[in-house]
Amino acid sequence: MDTLQLVWFALIGLLWAGYLVLEGFDFGVGALLPVLGAGEDAADTEKRRRVMLTTIGPHWDGNEVWLITAGGATFAAFPEWYATMFSAFYLPLLVLLVALIVRNMGFEYRHKRDDVTWRRRWDAAIIGGSIAAPLLVGVALTDIVRGLPIDRDLEYTGSLLTLLDPLGLLGGVTVVALSLTHGAFFLALKTTGTIREDARRLGTTLGAVTAVLAVVTLGWLGLLTGSAWSWATTVVAAVALLAAVAANARGREGWAFTGTAVTAAATVATYFLALFPDVMPTTLDGGRSLTIANASSSPMTLQIMTWAAAVFTPIVLLYTGYTYYAFRRRIGTQHIPEPVAVG
Amino acid sequence: MGSSLDVARWQFAITTVYHFLFVPVTIGMSAIVAWFHLRWVRTHRPEYLRLTKFFGKLFMINFALGLVTGIVQEFQFGMNWSDYSRFVGDIFGAPLAFEALLAFFLESTFLGVWIFGWGRIPERLHAASMWLVHLGTVLSGYFILAANSFMQNPVGYRFNPETGRAEMADFLAVLTNKVQLVTFPHVILSAYMVGGAVVMGVSLWLLRREAGTDDDRMYRHGVRVGAVVALVASLGVVVSGDLQGKIMTEVQPMKMAAAEALYDTTSHAPFSVLSVGPLDGSEATRIIAVPGLLSFLGTGDVNGTVEGINDLKGSERALAEKVVAQYGPQMAPLVLTDDYTPIVPVAYWTFRLMMGLGFLTMLLAALTLWATRGTRVPRARWWLLVAAVTPLLPVFANSFGWIFTEMGRQPWLVYGLMTTATGVSPSVSVAEVWVSMAVYTLLYAVLAVVEVKLFLTYVRRGAEPFVDPATPADAHEDAPLQFAY
Repeated sequence: MDTLQLVWFALIGLLWAGYLVLEGFDFGVGALLPVLGAGEDAADTEKRRRVMLTTIGPHWDGNEVWLITAGGATFAAFPEWYATMFSAFYLPLLVLLVALIVRNMGFEYRHKRDDVTWRRRWDAAIIGGSIAAPLLVGVALTDIVRGLPIDRDLEYTGSLLTLLDPLGLLGGVTVVALSLTHGAFFLALKTTGTIREDARRLGTTLGAVTAVLAVVTLGWLGLLTGSAWSWATTVVAAVALLAAVAANARGREGWAFTGTAVTAAATVATYFLALFPDVMPTTLDGGRSLTIANASSSPMTLQIMTWAAAVFTPIVLLYTGYTYYAFRRRIGTQHIPEPVAVG
Repeated sequence: MGSSLDVARWQFAITTVYHFLFVPVTIGMSAIVAWFHLRWVRTHRPEYLRLTKFFGKLFMINFALGLVTGIVQEFQFGMNWSDYSRFVGDIFGAPLAFEALLAFFLESTFLGVWIFGWGRIPERLHAASMWLVHLGTVLSGYFILAANSFMQNPVGYRFNPETGRAEMADFLAVLTNKVQLVTFPHVILSAYMVGGAVVMGVSLWLLRREAGTDDDRMYRHGVRVGAVVALVASLGVVVSGDLQGKIMTEVQPMKMAAAEALYDTTSHAPFSVLSVGPLDGSEATRIIAVPGLLSFLGTGDVNGTVEGINDLKGSERALAEKVVAQYGPQMAPLVLTDDYTPIVPVAYWTFRLMMGLGFLTMLLAALTLWATRGTRVPRARWWLLVAAVTPLLPVFANSFGWIFTEMGRQPWLVYGLMTTATGVSPSVSVAEVWVSMAVYTLLYAVLAVVEVKLFLTYVRRGAEPFVDPATPADAHEDAPLQFAY
């Protein structure tokens, strides 16, 4: 294993962390639509839902690119990993894709007609997609760390049920719960009025549930494949989550959101540290694990990619940061304009 | 059930052709919307703001589908084509990663800024954000076409016998592949044709409806901008397409022979515009043929010699055997196959449909420019058909062009290096590929119906009345947003 291989293993971890931190909150906002979006009457409900969707409106598309980039970077830096992983998770990835497709279409199309049935359908797409997608991402990442039956040719030999085992599903549910909490804290930070108060109240409950789930999942994984470093990040994740819940209870919304962001990043770090030095360990006797060393690209490809990442990542972070600055204002139901006059 | 190879190929064809219905619209229209927005910022004439917002909405309705179907594309290589991904990932993955890092972030982030920016960010920055979206789409095109050009004409790689795969030797060579240098302008200009044709067709329909009203001038402007873009771009498409034909004759002679269904090597080869019969070389079937044109298209000389399919079969096999001799017997399963001929009727007809629809677009754009000169409004009923059909013609020309390019390369996946049959995922069952194909096809069909209905609804609605947009400075704290989901 040489330095550049290690750098790319870390960078792919960073991309996944960025994905869970960023898309995590927009998953949460989408999934909480029926809960925090419920108002006093139909008109209020509609306005609250529009407030919620508008807080993530300028950001969700950019957030999703972190997933695309994680996929692209894995393809380029670890082609064997990309090939084995994507063909192994065939049906879960199909469901993930459908979930992402319908929720994205929901964001784009929901507001384009003033029609109750139309909106209800797209709401279902947004809610369903925002729950299914983090669930599948959680299942897949947890399965990878736990290990899968991979043969000598680096081909997956299990079935769909191998992927949907208790630990994998628990990992999925944990990522969903974390996204919900993160989304609630995001809404508390980005809205005004009753949504803000409701989001804070709900966030505390969600945070407590997430803490339990996270401790069980990360503890279980830690006992299976943990290292000293992965235990350290597990502690960071747990402390950050508890701090986030405490900050939320005191009305420190910025700190609460930062806390769940750290939790998400530390969770991914735990996964990657537990994986190291493998990228896809095998559970098969006589099988072969994919490792950082045997799955990677040639030194030249890694070198080219490293230059590109060094130059362009700061630029991406800069303009991504700008969008959060440009749309920093809190939004309440009073800011929601009349719906478009298209029946 | 068929083999998973057949189903995976059909799936790639369906999802990619579908995705590429929306891609050229996105590339082309983002430039035109950015242009209208720039004109608004420069002149503050109401019609420009109205055109910006109107075509911006149509653009967004289309963009949504292009975006979501694009994610499928990136995942599909690993899901259905894992052996392909293993063999060329060292080279093919890099442009995809570059595309995500340089293009997708730019495109997605600034589209968010553009959609929600009304009244919330400075107006110049707002107009600039759509140009950045456009830049993102063009960069994205560059990287993905570099990846495709590698499949058409692999360069900049070396075979590593230790890892048994193709590895990067020269990334610059991959990015400046001679196929890429002609394909990129051809595809981007085709996208401008599409964008222009959409803006022209929609505006023409509305101009006929609103002729003589206050909106006459605005829609007339839309018609003329769209038609000029489509016309100028189509000239570029012809020139780049001609260059591409010559490069293809050189690097993939079989594809060009199949495009003409030319079985025997011929000098002063004719180009058949239309033909009847099975195109299997058994009989002369051309009904309209231009003498020497094929030689000219392929070699730049009307008396040039163009090789026929029967001779090329041998040279393709020789190419494969050379690869085995050079890189070792482990390459034999990747390159050796029974027949190196693509499906000739597919290549022949898609090639003609691509060109025919392209030329028709060019003709209709020119005709429309003429018919709308001065204050004229084309009144005859058949102009409705022109308005409705013009946007579709270059979209389908694009589809046929890609079907030709990809089917004409068969049986190769990477030309001369790997056959399509050897790229498919070994661990994925036929049933799984069938399931995913059924899911995509059904979902895409439903979304297409929704998209087209919504698009037409917004076209019929026309441009909204002018409302002077407030600047961020004069909005008070509780003022409603100018745009919200």
